[in-house]
Amino acid sequence: MRHDSAFKIFSLSLIWVWLGLFALLPFLLVLITSFLEPGTTHLIQYHFSLENYHDIFSSIYAKVFVRSFGVAALSTFICLVLAYPFAFFMATAQDKYKNILLLLLIVPFWTSSLIRTYAIIAVIKTKGILNTILLALGIIHHPIEIMFTNTAVMIGLIYNLLPFMILPLYANLERLDFQLLEAARDLGASKLRMFFQIVFPLSMPGVLAGCILVFLPAMTIFYIPDLLGGAKSMLLGNLIQTEFLTIHNWPMGSTTSIILTAIMGLFLWFYWRKTSSADRKDLV
Amino acid sequence: MLVCPPVFLHYGFYVFYKRNQSEQMANTIIEIKGISKSFQGNSVLEDINLTVKEGEFLTLLGPSGCGKTTLLRIISGLENPDQGQLLIGGKNCRGLSPQERHVNTVFQSYALFPHMTVFDNVAFGLRCQHLPKAEIETRVNAALQMVKLQKYSQRKPEKLSGGQQQRVAIARAVVNRPIVLLLDEPLSALDYRLRKNMQLELKQLQRQLNIAFVFVTHDQEEALSMSDRVVVMHEGKVEQIGTPRQVYENPANMTVAHFVGETNSFDSRVIEVLGKTMTVDIQGQTFTVKNTRDYAPGDHVHVLVRPEDLKVWSHADVTDTTNMLPATVTEVIYKGSTVDLMVRLSDNTLLAASEFFDEDDEKLEYTIGEKVWLHWFPGWEVVLPYEA
Repeated sequence: MRHDSAFKIFSLSLIWVWLGLFALLPFLLVLITSFLEPGTTHLIQYHFSLENYHDIFSSIYAKVFVRSFGVAALSTFICLVLAYPFAFFMATAQDKYKNILLLLLIVPFWTSSLIRTYAIIAVIKTKGILNTILLALGIIHHPIEIMFTNTAVMIGLIYNLLPFMILPLYANLERLDFQLLEAARDLGASKLRMFFQIVFPLSMPGVLAGCILVFLPAMTIFYIPDLLGGAKSMLLGNLIQTEFLTIHNWPMGSTTSIILTAIMGLFLWFYWRKTSSADRKDLV
Repeated sequence: MLVCPPVFLHYGFYVFYKRNQSEQMANTIIEIKGISKSFQGNSVLEDINLTVKEGEFLTLLGPSGCGKTTLLRIISGLENPDQGQLLIGGKNCRGLSPQERHVNTVFQSYALFPHMTVFDNVAFGLRCQHLPKAEIETRVNAALQMVKLQKYSQRKPEKLSGGQQQRVAIARAVVNRPIVLLLDEPLSALDYRLRKNMQLELKQLQRQLNIAFVFVTHDQEEALSMSDRVVVMHEGKVEQIGTPRQVYENPANMTVAHFVGETNSFDSRVIEVLGKTMTVDIQGQTFTVKNTRDYAPGDHVHVLVRPEDLKVWSHADVTDTTNMLPATVTEVIYKGSTVDLMVRLSDNTLLAASEFFDEDDEKLEYTIGEKVWLHWFPGWEVVLPYEA
């Protein structure tokens, strides 16, 4: 008994120490840095300033924020539209097929996301697989320029993040009581009504969980816009990366990070408010 | 034509056109002709023939897995038969959706929509028919009033008790004014006392609505107490169709006799046939019983006696022991209104007997190990052909 609680205290404090050292402390450092000024000789000048927060609401930054938001939101929506039928199909499939489908979904995860993004380049570049096939089939006469556009970024985001939408949706839809659909049919509901009034509202916790899991990374992943979007499509993730590594303006990068964290915190707070603890099972 | 439409009054009451009973009983509303169904090669229903009459309370009774729920689902249109015909109101139902059949189902688990209020649940079917808002509101309120749930209309189902959820499920079905209401073991999730109350309420509701109820249950007591007619099913076949009294007092075969109520069975042979009566041999003793099925001497038969028909006499009370069997009391269970006994015959057969308190027997005191005489009134037994 005593031994047991000693182990509990040990493992819990290990987690707390770990989180404190590697999550809370860096966050606090970033938070402090965001209120400092950039220096010419040193990375930062220890001088309190609200300049960064003033600058971040200027039009250039606002543009990046809005564009990131738009790209992330659209990617999330497309993910939802693509993932829903798949998740529904998986949830209604026979048990023996369920596991195969799950496996097919998870296998790509075993390859690094970065490598898979390079693979996308091979598909969509001007002389890539997609254009070669379409040209050969005579469907198009000039190669489609996808690389280095927002479309390319979104293809990359959707491809990488789709499983994060499918899995919570599947977890939710698998718990759906299909007798409710029989009852709806018995009462004369059309397929459309069954979906929009029964299935979709009941799967809302799964939809919200999936949207959070896709939207937040879509705002922050920097290597996908970097590789597929090029210089033209600067998103929040790359902005922060550029500020830290290229321009060496650490305070500004910190401020951008803090604002991003605040936005994401807002989303999580909204999700928490909208769902019960039972619903949140879809997220984990 | 088949069912008179309920006339709706502003007070929110359903008033039904009351028709003469004999005319009503004559009309057939559902006809099931030779329906068979199998799932993955397992036959679930075999050549089912059945009619449901207008305004009747028909119960499908049988142990779990006998196909009664499948039959109900075929009537509702949630399942299609492999073979056979289903006519509802004279119309062939092949390919018709549940709604086009004008039947509605109360599901075993109620299947209430958890994200909708009671009102929205009940209004669902009417909204599917795109009725005007005002009509939906009045009809839903009337249905909720009928099941005494008006003040709960804005609650979610999870905030209601099991009995209340049950009533919402019933209101949700009957608000569509079906010709037939199908109920799939609707009371099985309720506790004993609530179940008894709901049995009464359902029966009253059925009289009030005057529509046919097809009720599925595995509880024979429920079937007997509520139904106009009972369909006893076993392993995908209909074993007997009759009034509760017919099914209980004149079971068609051993399956029905064993499933409906408790019964004692004697393995016996016909000795002599004397017109409407005959003598049989039970444990080496001769008994005179009714000859209901033209048995011939030498026929191997079962003689069935219900526990409540078996009289147990103490040795002191008996002078004449003709038509009596000697036995030993092995168990005495006091049940309040009855005393239930287990008695053992000389060949070790165990029998059950229920003794009632009446002016002849005010005490009914038995002791374990006591020697007794068993007796029943000739003619109260049932004789069935021998089944291995």
